[in-house]
Amino acid sequence: MRNRLATKLLFELSQPDREGSQLPPCDVPEQKIEDIFPTSACAASPPELPELSEPDVVRHYTNLSTLNMSVDTHFYPLGSCTMKYNPKRNERLAALPGFSDLHPFQAEETIQGMLQLLYELQQMLAEISGLPAVSLQPAAGAHGELTALMVAAAYFRDNNQKRTKVLAPDSAHGTNPASAAMAGFETIAIKSLPNGYVDMQDLNNKLDDQVGVLMITNPNTLGLFESQIGQIVNAVHERGGLVYLDGANMNAILGMTRPGDFGADMMHFNPHKTFSGPHGGGGPGAGPICVVDFLQPYLPIPSVVHDKDLYRLNFDQPKSIGQVRSFFGNVGVLVRAYAYIRTHGPDGLKQVAQNAVLNANYMLSRVRHILPVPQGNRCMHEFVATASQLKNDKGISAMDIAKRLLDFGFHAPTVYFPATVPESIMIEPTETESRATLDAFTETLFRITDEPSELLHEAPHSTWISRPNEVQAARQPVTRWKPAG
Amino acid sequence: MTYFFNTPQQQKEMCEVIGIQDVDELFSQIPAEFRLTGDLQLPAAMGELELTQHMTGLAAKNYPAGQNVCFLGAGSYDHFIPATVDAIASRSEFYTSYTPYQPEVSQGNLQATFEYQSLICQLTGMEVSNASLYDGGSAVAEAVLMCLSATRRYGKVVTVGSVHPEYRQTTATYLQNLETELVTVPTPGGTAAPEQIAAVVDDTTACVLIQHPNFFGCLEEVEAIAQIAHDHGALLVQSFDPISLGLLKRPADLGADVAVAEGQSLGTPMQFGGPYLGILACREKFVRRMPGRIVGQTEDRHGRRCWVLTLQTREQHIRREKATSNICTNQGLFALRASVYLATMGPKGLKETATLSMQKAHYAAECLSNTSRLEPAFAQPFFKEFVVRDENGQVQQLLNAAQQQGILAGVSLGKWFPELSDCFLVTVTEKRTKSEIDQLTACLGSVNSPSEILHA
Repeated sequence: MRNRLATKLLFELSQPDREGSQLPPCDVPEQKIEDIFPTSACAASPPELPELSEPDVVRHYTNLSTLNMSVDTHFYPLGSCTMKYNPKRNERLAALPGFSDLHPFQAEETIQGMLQLLYELQQMLAEISGLPAVSLQPAAGAHGELTALMVAAAYFRDNNQKRTKVLAPDSAHGTNPASAAMAGFETIAIKSLPNGYVDMQDLNNKLDDQVGVLMITNPNTLGLFESQIGQIVNAVHERGGLVYLDGANMNAILGMTRPGDFGADMMHFNPHKTFSGPHGGGGPGAGPICVVDFLQPYLPIPSVVHDKDLYRLNFDQPKSIGQVRSFFGNVGVLVRAYAYIRTHGPDGLKQVAQNAVLNANYMLSRVRHILPVPQGNRCMHEFVATASQLKNDKGISAMDIAKRLLDFGFHAPTVYFPATVPESIMIEPTETESRATLDAFTETLFRITDEPSELLHEAPHSTWISRPNEVQAARQPVTRWKPAG
Repeated sequence: MTYFFNTPQQQKEMCEVIGIQDVDELFSQIPAEFRLTGDLQLPAAMGELELTQHMTGLAAKNYPAGQNVCFLGAGSYDHFIPATVDAIASRSEFYTSYTPYQPEVSQGNLQATFEYQSLICQLTGMEVSNASLYDGGSAVAEAVLMCLSATRRYGKVVTVGSVHPEYRQTTATYLQNLETELVTVPTPGGTAAPEQIAAVVDDTTACVLIQHPNFFGCLEEVEAIAQIAHDHGALLVQSFDPISLGLLKRPADLGADVAVAEGQSLGTPMQFGGPYLGILACREKFVRRMPGRIVGQTEDRHGRRCWVLTLQTREQHIRREKATSNICTNQGLFALRASVYLATMGPKGLKETATLSMQKAHYAAECLSNTSRLEPAFAQPFFKEFVVRDENGQVQQLLNAAQQQGILAGVSLGKWFPELSDCFLVTVTEKRTKSEIDQLTACLGSVNSPSEILHA
């Protein structure tokens, strides 16, 4: 329960000489600091951090935690983010010292279990994606996109091809064009048709021999499986380009179809979405990528290999793009993904997709009577409804609905993305929600749309704060606490 | 499956509401030619007990640092983690929430991130910090990209051999498709020579990238190097060790424009290299060039102080290809851990941690250089890490012998620095005791070289 007295910053709780830690006395012969460091290198005093006791710290943060909605406490249908249940067993297993207390530069013979797990995960991801070569190194989905695009650039360079463009649908995640720019490509947007699918004519007009990669999200951000994917892939391949699959929506197709089978050359997984790594309030994620065999030589180093009963890290890959981060990867997230895949097995993963898609369609079939879903009566794991009619009729926006849902104990869906749908509300229930929860959410939506618009414009009414002034925050940014004076 | 709710009967009823016979109809959007006809070739499902036994078995095949004596460092450190850090980070209101897109129900995460940014500013002396990046290596690369855009100079980036080789490698990877040249000034003496940096910095240089204390543990002449960069209109990026700031001057006070770090030392377990915490802080004037999330203070409609994601027009979800970076998911949970760590340690605890690490490292260096075949490779002042040269050039033999006795003695350097193939890097944190250091010395001091065995 929220403590109404707890509103201070850490710094405002600080009292001079209060201590939260006690270190042991120095047990080695001590040297004078001035004999070790030049005076010019030394600080006159340590940084001015808050001075707190241990109970100060614990009460402060425990109270802060109660101001969050989370998957463990609330329905969190944040479209595109796959906020499914995070199994507790995965937390306990990832915390075993045999995984969590390993130094990245330990000798290979002291980390055989770790390397075995990572090797098996590489193989499992290859099987699920239908793409044989895997790098576990990228730290998040966007990092996987960037890495794969750098792999593609290295491949083209190696084959003396100058390809400068990346194509991506206008409904793509913002990370797609941003990653393309970081990898040195020019991004060109492909139009979507009103029905949500890629406009083949626009694609064909924009395809030329300068196009290196088409980035496509499938199922796309509207929750539709691009049924023309075969033609799309063929068109790109005929011009010598590569197809990248943004794997953000893999939850919908686990065990039902594989990106490698429908023609993707590269993809990333978001293990924090699809394989249920906790989202951590904004990370960590991971972004392992899978690619076709002819791109394998360019993958980041190291990969895990298995030979002569020994698992080892392979750095011997002369055409590799190199490392994209320090050390091996976001291993803690990968260990949880491994636990998740082993828990489900082949049939369980298929059931994940089936239940995710069933839940989404069930919600769609009910929600569309309140909020139209422009792209049709069927979806994969998520769908995008629109409040534009409501906005025209009653002045109620997607944001108003999102804010009012908070009052009823639901996290809001994603709003205003994708921008191709006006007043969009993107709902992804995930497979780990009950029919009762989905019904309660839908009934709340019904109720909200009947409420007076003035009530909604000021919602939420029951949360600690309401409608923070974001314009002021951006105009006069205050991004830190400052000491007085 | 344990994580699903809906029973077969409920699923059937839901299908009826949708107006379909069975769930498979929903997958008819996928062209038949691409439908998987058989099962994925994966191992069979395991219940919790079976999974626990299986993964405990895998974990048991590893040798955790805590069951050995760990002198490994090189960017990942065995510092002590107070229990408060694990207790707070395992609150599922923190770890099962996500990016605070709805500030009204995310004030816990938002305030914690605002406090993180404030703590990082206090620590580094910088005016702004972002909400976190992936890790030290990618933070360095992002800092370099930020300098290119802030200076509008795309010609050259200058770095030195004493920056963590994986940070330099990551930067090189990020730059390989851009027009920018990465010039690396070698550091045969263990630190960067300012005059050699001055010789390559010119008016096309966006930034100079250094690390202090550097990869070898040595202190650099940061102020002199900052002056060189600034004289040519370039920026100084300093990669720092957060623990060292208990004793050493802050990056901003040394003249750095951008401070980046691997934040793992601040309360994150080593977990075989990740997830970690990329720290990036800089001067106020670069705030609109920063990569990643930033939390800002504002007021709500009742006039209450609160926090929101701000300056989002820099970001990929708004600006797409013109964004300052592609970063979306970052390392929120590890920024939280770092904040709880710093709040628990306080200024005094941080200073003591730094002092103990430094004193013990110097004791270890002295003990090791008193053995017959080891000597310090460099003469420069160092913090908690130092490079040891084996006169016999048998680094692997020494490290293997120590490992037999449960000591992870150091990181061999030949992989990155062929000229240092007879050297290894030893790291000593506050956790190491005198008796462990004596044990290391006794062990390394008693290893016979192959030639000695031959002549015995």
